This record gives sequence, structure tokens and C-alpha cells, in this order.
Amino acid sequence: MIGFPILSLITFLPVLGMFLILFMKKEQPKSIKYLTLGITALQVVLAVILLANYNYASAGIYEEKSFKFIEKFRWINISGISWLGTVKVDYFLGIDGLSMPMVLLTALISFIAAISSWTIEKSVKGYFALFLLLDAGMMGVFVSLDFFLFYIFWELMLLPMYFLIGIWGGPRKEYAAIKFFIYTLFGSVFILLVMIGLYFSATELMADGSKVHTFSLLALMNPANYSADGILSALNPNNLRLIAYIALFAGFAIKIPMFPFHTWLPDAHVEAPTPISVILAGVLLKMGTYGILRVSYPIFPDITRELMWYIGLFGMINIVYGALVALAQKDFKKLIAYSSVSHMGYVLLGMASLTTVGINGAIFQMFNHGTITAMLFLIVGVVYDRAHTRGLNDFGGLASQMPVYTGFVTVAFFAAIGLPSMSGFVSEALVFIGAFGVSSIRVLTLISTLGILLGAGYMLWTLQRIFFGPLNEKWATLKDLDKREYAMFIPLTIIIIFLGVYPSGMLDIMNSSVNSLVNFVTSLAPIH
Amino acid sequence: MMANTNLYQSLSLIVPEIVLTVVLLVLVLTDLIFHKDKKLIPYVALAGILLTGYFILNQFGEKGFAFQPALYTYGMVAIDSFGVFFKMIVVVATIFIIFFSFGSEEIIKIKDRIGEYYALIFGMVLGMFFMISATDLILIYLSMELMSLSSYVLSGFTKLRERNSEAALKYLLYGAISSGLMLFGISLIYGLTGSTNLYVINSLIQNPHINLFTVAFASILIFAGIGYKISSAPFHFWTPDVYEGAPITITAFLSVASKAAGFALLIRFIRTTFISYADANGMWQMINVFDWKTLLIAISILTMTLGNFSALWQNNMKRMLAYSSIAHAGYLLLGLVVLSNQGLLAILIYFSVYLIMNLGAFLVVMLIANKIGSEDIHDYNGLGITSPFLGVSLAIFLVSLTGLPPTAGFIGKLYLFIALVDAKMIAVAVIALLNSVVSLYYYIRVLKHMFLTKPEKETQTITTSLPNTILVSVLVAAILVFGIYFAPLVDAATSCLVMLGL
Repeated sequence: MIGFPILSLITFLPVLGMFLILFMKKEQPKSIKYLTLGITALQVVLAVILLANYNYASAGIYEEKSFKFIEKFRWINISGISWLGTVKVDYFLGIDGLSMPMVLLTALISFIAAISSWTIEKSVKGYFALFLLLDAGMMGVFVSLDFFLFYIFWELMLLPMYFLIGIWGGPRKEYAAIKFFIYTLFGSVFILLVMIGLYFSATELMADGSKVHTFSLLALMNPANYSADGILSALNPNNLRLIAYIALFAGFAIKIPMFPFHTWLPDAHVEAPTPISVILAGVLLKMGTYGILRVSYPIFPDITRELMWYIGLFGMINIVYGALVALAQKDFKKLIAYSSVSHMGYVLLGMASLTTVGINGAIFQMFNHGTITAMLFLIVGVVYDRAHTRGLNDFGGLASQMPVYTGFVTVAFFAAIGLPSMSGFVSEALVFIGAFGVSSIRVLTLISTLGILLGAGYMLWTLQRIFFGPLNEKWATLKDLDKREYAMFIPLTIIIIFLGVYPSGMLDIMNSSVNSLVNFVTSLAPIH
Repeated sequence: MMANTNLYQSLSLIVPEIVLTVVLLVLVLTDLIFHKDKKLIPYVALAGILLTGYFILNQFGEKGFAFQPALYTYGMVAIDSFGVFFKMIVVVATIFIIFFSFGSEEIIKIKDRIGEYYALIFGMVLGMFFMISATDLILIYLSMELMSLSSYVLSGFTKLRERNSEAALKYLLYGAISSGLMLFGISLIYGLTGSTNLYVINSLIQNPHINLFTVAFASILIFAGIGYKISSAPFHFWTPDVYEGAPITITAFLSVASKAAGFALLIRFIRTTFISYADANGMWQMINVFDWKTLLIAISILTMTLGNFSALWQNNMKRMLAYSSIAHAGYLLLGLVVLSNQGLLAILIYFSVYLIMNLGAFLVVMLIANKIGSEDIHDYNGLGITSPFLGVSLAIFLVSLTGLPPTAGFIGKLYLFIALVDAKMIAVAVIALLNSVVSLYYYIRVLKHMFLTKPEKETQTITTSLPNTILVSVLVAAILVFGIYFAPLVDAATSCLVMLGL
């Protein structure tokens, strides 16, 4: 479908905003903030337009014609030498049921984070320029269908994130920023290597009948496109597909972050300013699991089937380990960071089931974790802004002092625990139903249910320590939420409760794509 | 005997070199005639190098040999598009260096001797041109000496600091030893084959009765001479000292042009002497006399690892960039390691990119040193906030040196890794990629000091003159444009290889 390039618009709108900010005067921080808010609001509007025009039957995944809003044109085209062949890179964007929820999430979280950034006072110009660049990178990852383009967007986010943590962060910001950067770059060089390996192993049939090496994810998914001697071709008896899969998986797993690659996350979260924590937890972590579903699963279905038990195992470790470590935390933000590790484990577990129910649950959990954890980090931000401490034992009795705040906190905490009628419940339930149905990972699933118990434990304990009991006199002057904070919490609360009551609102978007993905990965002879 | 027509033809093929020589003489004469007011000299140099560039571009697509001993034999100087490409790299670098010299405080201080300065630079360029084109061991040696002698003088030219003279002396001592080794290697090859022409040697060493040990020994000795020029390990020890001590303009010139000439020479030497043919996939088939592949793999991994790890602890920007240029020599060697046309293409692309980003980084370091008089990383604290233009530009150059998209540095690395994966050298590719993760640490450390660390004392904004601002902006724009749309870069490199008949 060639039409209005709405995906390019939603991706590059923030870049435009960034350039506008660079030409604005730094003496007008207000107008810079309003511009950023306007850009992110426009992104939300565009995302809603996308949703309104989205065809729920679009399967996408491996079939180009069932993607929506496709934009495809030749970006790089080099030909002329026999031994080199033609080098082509496409600018290829499109949306299916896998990316639609993520685009919505990115737009929403960026908007909320822009509101939350209102308190930034140091180098406002630089902050919002980097913020918008980060936004563009995230959006680009979710709409790219060409591996090369995907990789560029993937890397594009590193630098803004480094500065956003490193300049506007907490006391140990420099350490946290460099740790984040080196960890993720370490992961992405493996992605790069696999990308090049795939490029040489597969060719795409062009309109003129010639066969050309390709970075197109869709072409790489088609086994018929692989040549017999490609190093990552299943036809080659000496292929390196297993090693490549593990390397690619590790690259994505660092972003999730999956145990044992998770150690950068608590540092990054604790040091990052609140809005950046919100983006980190809300969107960035999803890119890891999204990458696995978009790239690893359909390109390496054979290895995925082989390794699904291990993916489930790491999911289980993430769930239980994250929850146990969270229980031991004394810092509010660190606790949320580890709960994040635990909750991303559910996504991995759901993905490991390779069933429609499980993967639906996983993607739904990605969306819900995005909204719920974003809210949790905002909650930490609110109390930290006022009290300048995050120690869980420093508080007590805040419920009487800040009743409205406590109300929102309760909603978010219960959503994180997975209370019925909240969105988190539905996705976790789907993950467990999907995973329990698969006999090979049943034991892992059973152990993983411990995570719910532990989750309820640390969440309720936190609620009790901070909000109930006698009021600590030190905090008798704390004010309840202001209007700006209402604006952050209300939309998130509505979405969490709405999707808890009416989960089909989100599940219907992804269902046909997930079906197609599961069929594609599990059937031994994929349909083409 | 050389026929007259042959001589005339030979001279017509080396017009750029003749132009260079004439410009060199004109520079010396201008210096003598206008010895009161030397403002004219840089413009003469600029015009001269532009003229040279024009004649080189005219040679694009030409193929031939100058100074053939007889008709239909191989000559001493090869004219081909491979040479044109590297000569253009040298010319572009020279143009930038002349612009740099306009704005460099160090060079402004020695304006009385500016004539000698430019004359020596042209002497270097002349040496480089012959290095790039030489197909005869004698000419290789002579051209290398011509380049080296000029550069020894230039690296100690300003005499402003003790470091200056130390740099020149160290450079000279190391240089003398390595060229001695190289000469020994050349004499062995001559003793073995009775020829100094690379093409003749190529056919003679295919003789099955050749003494393999002597060939190997001589190859290693000759590599020592060239390896010193491209500062590959274990011949790299001079680099940090010389780069730190020499005036910044010369450091930048050495790190780009001198390295380009060295690489061109190494590639031509190996490809002409030791390769029998290239197969349909562009893989070079070696003559089975010496295992260049293993040697080069070892050298390149050693070079990049040593360079990167040593750079981690450097506090002087020039020293850090010196180690980084050693690491980049290691990456560039990877393109040669694969012994394929694909690898050669990667080297050409990487060099074009390296030219831009390395010159850019040195330019910003120079502009900052002009104002704050220091190259110490701790004096960069907070510089990105007070002088955002220079800070952001340097950040972009360093990110490009790391090889992150969307900068041109990524494209250079991408093509290198494509060549490696194509040759199925995955393990080497992994080592190189991990190396680039290491390199991130020291590049980002500069960014940390510029943007994250608070300065101890108040620092004022560093202003740059309009020409320098334009110069930096041009380099930044090139990095970003080629990072996003790299087709023209690759097209230029491929067309050079096509013209070469590959």
C-alpha cells in the first residue's frame, strides 16, 4: 500500500522536533518543553490514527502483503562488479500485530515521559533534544522490516540514553551510563555479526529475475531464499545456525535484560532521572523481547524449537530470581527495577511456550509491563521529588498525608501483583495457561508461579512500609499530587483498568499475527 | 637502453609527480624572493596541491607502466586507479592540512620558516606518491626514505617544546633501524631472484626450487619496514611519542596520509609479488612460498588489541588518538588479511572514512589546544557544555571512530566485517568486534569529560573563526551524510577496483 507515509512521519517527527529545539534559545525552557510535549502528543494522535485504520486480520510476520502501512523503497543500491554482486538496502517500514501494540506503547510512554520531564531544569535544550532522538530511535526499531534499518535505529538509541543517564542522573550516573552503554554495545555487535552472516546466506528474488543478497527480514525468513553453501543456511550441513542464534539471542537478551545479563539494569534505573527510567522500563526493555519475536523466531524457527526449554528456563530464573532480589531491596527504585526483571521473565516464559495463547500473553505482558512499570517509576519519582530519599524504611503512614497518591499507588501495585480486573492479571494468566499446556516446560511453569506469590509479598510489604502505619513526622509537610502529576497517572490508570476489564481491546490487534507466527515457527514446512 | 619514445611516455604518465616537484621548487623560490612577507606561501602550496589533484583525477582509468626497461615489460612505476584512489586520499589530506595550518597557533608561531614547512610537506607528498605507485624494490626504498626524511624534520619542526625534538629523534632512530631491516630484506630477494621488479620476482618465486626460508625471512624483513610506516605492532612504539610531540598538523598528516601511502605500498607489494591470480569470487590465490595470511592475522589482531588496550589509560588527547590510530591500522589490516577483492574494497572505503573522521578529531583537538593550550583530557571537563559546537563535533568524530551508526565509521567497519564474513573468518571478526567494544570505552571517556564532568575552574566559551567553523562543519556533515547514504562512497571505491580490472 503506497499512501501517506504515516510511519515515516511518526518515526521522524521527533527528529524534526530535535532540530527545531537546536535552533531555539536556551533562555526559553518553557517553549522547548511545550514543543516536546506537542511532538509526543502528535505521536500519540498518529498512533491512534494508525490503530483506527489498522486491519485486525493483518497477519504480517513473513507475508509482505498482509503488513499495513508499508513503505518500501530502495535506499542503497550498488551494483557493477561480478564478485561483489548487487548490494541493496531497503527503507522498509510496516506494521503487523507484533509491532502495533509496541508503537502504541512507545507513543504513549514518550508522551507521559515528556510530562514527567517538566521538572528538568539543567541544560533543558540538550535534554529535550536527546529525549526526542531517543524517541525516534525507539519508534524506528518497532516499525523497521529491514534488518539493516532495524540495526541503525537500535544503535541510534545508545548515545542519547548514555547522555540522558550520564548528565541528568543521580550520584553514580557516570558509572551507570558507561555500564549501560558497554553492555548494550557488547550485545549489539553480536547482532551485527549475525546480520552480516544472514546477508551472505540468503538472496532475494528481484523483479527482473536476478538474485540479490538482502537484509530484508521477510526475505530472510523464507527458507527457499537460502543458498546451499551459506554459513547460516539450514541446507548447509556445517552451518553455524545454532551459534548464530545464541549470539543473536544474547544480543537481545541484554536489553530485556535476561539473567545473567541483567546487572546493568538496577544501576541504570537507580541513577537515571525519573522520565528516563520510565522510558527505559516502559519501552527499551521491550525491544529485546520484540527483537527475539521479530527476528530470532521466524528466521531461526528450527533452532527456536530446539531451544525453547532453555528460553523457558531463563524466563523462570528471571521471574523467581528477580522477585527474590526485589524482596531484599531497601531502595524503592531498585525494588521496582528488580520487579521489572521478574516481570520480563513472564514475557520470556510465554514466548517459550510457542503457543498462540502463550505468545499473546507475552506480547500483552510487554504492553502491560510498559504501562504498569512506567507508573511505578513515576510513583517513585513523585515521592523522591518531595522527600529526596527512596529508602523503603524511611517512610510510613504516607496514606493519610497523600491520599490521592496512595490511591494511584494501590492501583499500580495491584496491577503489578496481577490482581484480577487489572491488565497485568490477564497477561500473566495467558502466559501461564499457554506455558502450562506445553508438557516440556510444565515444571518450569509451576516453579514460575512462585513469582506471583513473591511479587505479592514484596509489593504489599512495600505498600505497608511506605503508606501505612503511623505517619513519620518528618513527612508531615509533603503535598499530594499536583495537576501535572494527575496528567501522568490518569491515562495510565485508565489503560490498566480498561485492559483488565476488556483485554480483547489489545489481544484482537495481535491475535492473527501471533497465530501466523506460531504456525510459522512450529510447522516443520512453513507455508509460503 | 631506454627508447626516447618510452621516456616521453613515461614522463607523461608521471605528470602529477612532476607538478609536485615543480611546486616544491616554486615554494622554495617564493620563500627566497618574498622573504619579508611570507603570506603568499600557503596559497602557493594550496594552488599547487589542487593542480596536482587535477592531474591525478585525469589519470583515472588509465593503466600503464612508466620507466619500462624495454617495451612490453613491467616498469618501475605503475599507473592505475588503485594508485589514483590512494593519491587522492593523500591530496585531500594535504589540502586539509594546509587549511589546518592556517589556523594552528603552533604553525603561526613559526611563520618565518613557513616556506621550509610547506616545502617539506611537498617532499613528503612526493615520496608518498611514489610509494603508492612503485613496483620496484629500489624505488620502494627510495620513496620511503624521501617521505621519512621529510617527516623526521617536520615532526620536530616547531622546536617549541622539548617533546618536539624528542619526537623527531625517536622517529629518526626507529625509522633508521626499520629501513635498514627492509634494505636487508630487499637485498636477500635480489640475491635470490636477480631482480628488483615485483612482477619479475612474482614469476621467479613460482619456481618450485626456490629457497622458502630465504623468501620468508626476506618477506618478514620487508614487512618490518612497511609495518613501521603504518604503525602496526610490534613496530608501533614510536607512534605515541611522535604523535604527542609533533605539531598537531603534522600528527594529523602522519596519521592519515603517511598511513595511506604505507598501506597502498603494502597492498601492492603483497598483491603483485605473492598472488598468482584472483578467482571468480574475488579471492586471491597465493603463491605457496610464504604464509602471509597467518602473519597478517596475527599482526592485525595484535595491533588492534595493543592499540585499543593501551589507549584506555591515556590522558593526553594526542596520545590517545595515536593509540587509536594504531588500533585502526589493525582494523585496516583485516581488509588485507582476507586476501580478496572484497577486502580491498573494504580498505578503500575504510580509508576514505578514516580520513574524514581522524582529520576531524585532530582538527577539533587543535582548535581546543589553540585556546586552552592543553591536550590533557582533564582540561576538557565541561567543555561540551561551554563550547557546544566543538564538543558535539568532537563527539561525532569519536562516535564515528568507534564505528556506531549512523556515522560513516559504521559503514567502514560494516564493509570490513562483510569481507571477513564472506571469507568465513568468523573468529577474527568476533575478535575485531570485541575490540571495537573496548575502544568505545576510551572514546566515550572523552565525551564523559566534555559533557558529564563538572570543570574545576570556570572555563570560558572557546570561539572559533569562521573558516575553522566551516572546516569542522564540512567534516561533520560528511561523516553524517556518508553514514546515512553511503552509496557514493562505495561507488567511488568500486569503480576504482573495476578500472583495475578486478
